[in-house]
Amino acid sequence: MTITDPAFLRGLVRPRMARSTVSRRQAVQLLGAGLALAACGIEGQGGQEKVSQTDVQRYWSSKARTGRLSWANWPGYMQDDHETIKAFEKATGIKVSYKEVIQETGPWFGKIQAPLAAGQSIGFDLMVMTNGIQLEKCRQLGYLAPLDRSRLGNFAAHAGPGFKNPPWDPGNSFTVPYQSGITGIAYNTRYVKDEITSIAQLFDPAYSGKIGMMGDSQELGNFGMFLLGVDPEKSTPADWERAAAKLREQRDKGIVRKYYNQDYVDAVSKGDVWLTMAWSGDVYSLTSPDVRFVVPKEGGTLWTDNMCIPKTAENPVDAMTLMDWLYMPANNAPLTEFVNYITPVPATKQIVAADAAKATGNDRRDLTRLSTSPLVFPSETDLARLRYYRRLTQAEETKYQGVFGPITKGS
Amino acid sequence: MARRGRFTPYLMILPSGLWLTALFVIPLVVMVSLSLQTGNLIDGFRQTLHWQNYTESLDTYGDKFVRSLWYGLLATVACLVLSYPAAYWIAFRGGHTKSTYLFLLLLPYFVPFVLRTVSWKLVLTDNGQILGPLRDHGLVPAGFHVLDTGFAVVSGLAYNFLPFMVLPIYVALERIDPRLVEAAYDLYASRTQVFGRVLLPLSLPGVFAGVVMTFVPASADYVNAEVLGGPRNTMIGNVIQSEYFGNSAYPVASALSFVLMAILLLGIVIYARALGTRGVLEAAG
Repeated sequence: MTITDPAFLRGLVRPRMARSTVSRRQAVQLLGAGLALAACGIEGQGGQEKVSQTDVQRYWSSKARTGRLSWANWPGYMQDDHETIKAFEKATGIKVSYKEVIQETGPWFGKIQAPLAAGQSIGFDLMVMTNGIQLEKCRQLGYLAPLDRSRLGNFAAHAGPGFKNPPWDPGNSFTVPYQSGITGIAYNTRYVKDEITSIAQLFDPAYSGKIGMMGDSQELGNFGMFLLGVDPEKSTPADWERAAAKLREQRDKGIVRKYYNQDYVDAVSKGDVWLTMAWSGDVYSLTSPDVRFVVPKEGGTLWTDNMCIPKTAENPVDAMTLMDWLYMPANNAPLTEFVNYITPVPATKQIVAADAAKATGNDRRDLTRLSTSPLVFPSETDLARLRYYRRLTQAEETKYQGVFGPITKGS
Repeated sequence: MARRGRFTPYLMILPSGLWLTALFVIPLVVMVSLSLQTGNLIDGFRQTLHWQNYTESLDTYGDKFVRSLWYGLLATVACLVLSYPAAYWIAFRGGHTKSTYLFLLLLPYFVPFVLRTVSWKLVLTDNGQILGPLRDHGLVPAGFHVLDTGFAVVSGLAYNFLPFMVLPIYVALERIDPRLVEAAYDLYASRTQVFGRVLLPLSLPGVFAGVVMTFVPASADYVNAEVLGGPRNTMIGNVIQSEYFGNSAYPVASALSFVLMAILLLGIVIYARALGTRGVLEAAG
């Protein structure tokens, strides 16, 4: 008998009436088992907001250096040749496995949530998360290791004022900043001949089908609010509804080509979209030279990506070593020269300027531009134009996701 | 020996039975329960028999179900149209190189699913090797693009699920006794009659299996819509994926999954009744 024998196939697909029916008693048993399972909910995992010194001690007392470190980061956040990582490995003897696995905060949280809830390792000792909904959740759910301040000497000495004790993590209990950046507009000058200055231009039908927006509900919502002249940080649910209506209209008129995560850099470089919401540093390090970045006149958002240690990390001591090592200005400068984001170590600026004075030709031009770039070292006036993400309570977040979430899914 | 023999069938079914219970039945029951709960990750989820999870998610995403089934159907038809002639040709004209042709057909599928889809993105970009020259020569209008359209999503689906259609049809055709065809000719059947009255009915079980195996995963897919589609091409799989992983809205995601499962099951039952495995197999002999 072969697998294609009709009799065999028939036997597989035809119901055997006599045997296949579930008896009444079996049905009752099944139902009972089902109900027993169905009754259980999922425990809330809300941890405590504040960490005490004993929590810190309890966590760190049993931890030791292993000489290994696995680091999850976003694309465009490290030199192509991993220069900074190599320098760290050389200085400390810790071997780093560096993976660019984070493309968007929501899906990243989705990926790590289940193992962290179960107390399992996620395979990374250090991860970089934006100060949004998901970082807040990680904090509240107790997924992050409390940081040992005694191991953060460089941070204490060199972190800029805006980066210590930030509103999203009072006292830097769980995080220290990696880089900050601005969400603004990138446009490809090969296709766009007008000067782009405002968010309103992202809603211009003249660019129908050539505009990219971000899929992250906070980023997207913020831009809708800017268009209406609302400060996202001080916005109300009524503002959200109005902003969502604008964004929906923009989508339904066919103006939006696609809602992107990190992959917008390809689309705008190749010209699939001509204008798109973008993250400031990416435009220098990841896109084609034709692409230009602007902070819209309505405002842009200033966000911070933070280094944090998942509680289940296997090499947390090594992760903390890296965190603090990066806060030495001399260690941070080469990274800043590449990523073009706002470094949390202001003393880096002098080093970059000195490097520029030493360099020649194109390098000199690039470094000079960098050390004077308002996007990398923003002035006080620039900072005044930028707005922050709103910190959402759980109830607000549910509402917020309900308002902005369906937009990117076409509903 | 006879006594032990009585238990042999149960022993044989035991491993797969345990497997299915642990990884299919239990999760399914948990999901039924979840779909009626309310709550969030921080405070936990509680069983409140909140049927509104179903009604509300259907209100918001009902059109995505329709679109998913429609895309699934289009992809299945495209697969069928592409697969039947290919399978036919390999089965009857492949000669002793049949297995080489089959291997060639399956070769692209040794590359992972997501990679294949992403590579389409590279090829089909607006100013890429294909569309760039076409636009420059005025063969397509200036605003024309393939990526981020329904056409791209359906094409991607049809491409990715092609083997699920080709193989069953090939198997059905391959096992047809050539003497039946000779006999038909001996009885003065024309070529069309041979195909319509002998070959086609005998290959229907393959078509039936191929359609089910293509339609079900294609309708539930989310990778193609994610990579190749735009905001107007969201399928229900994308919604479930993002509710589950993006928002941790487990109840809503579970409710949506169940509705999808119910629709697909119902669809298959109706399809089986209409085209019937029974009828098909009787035609097969």
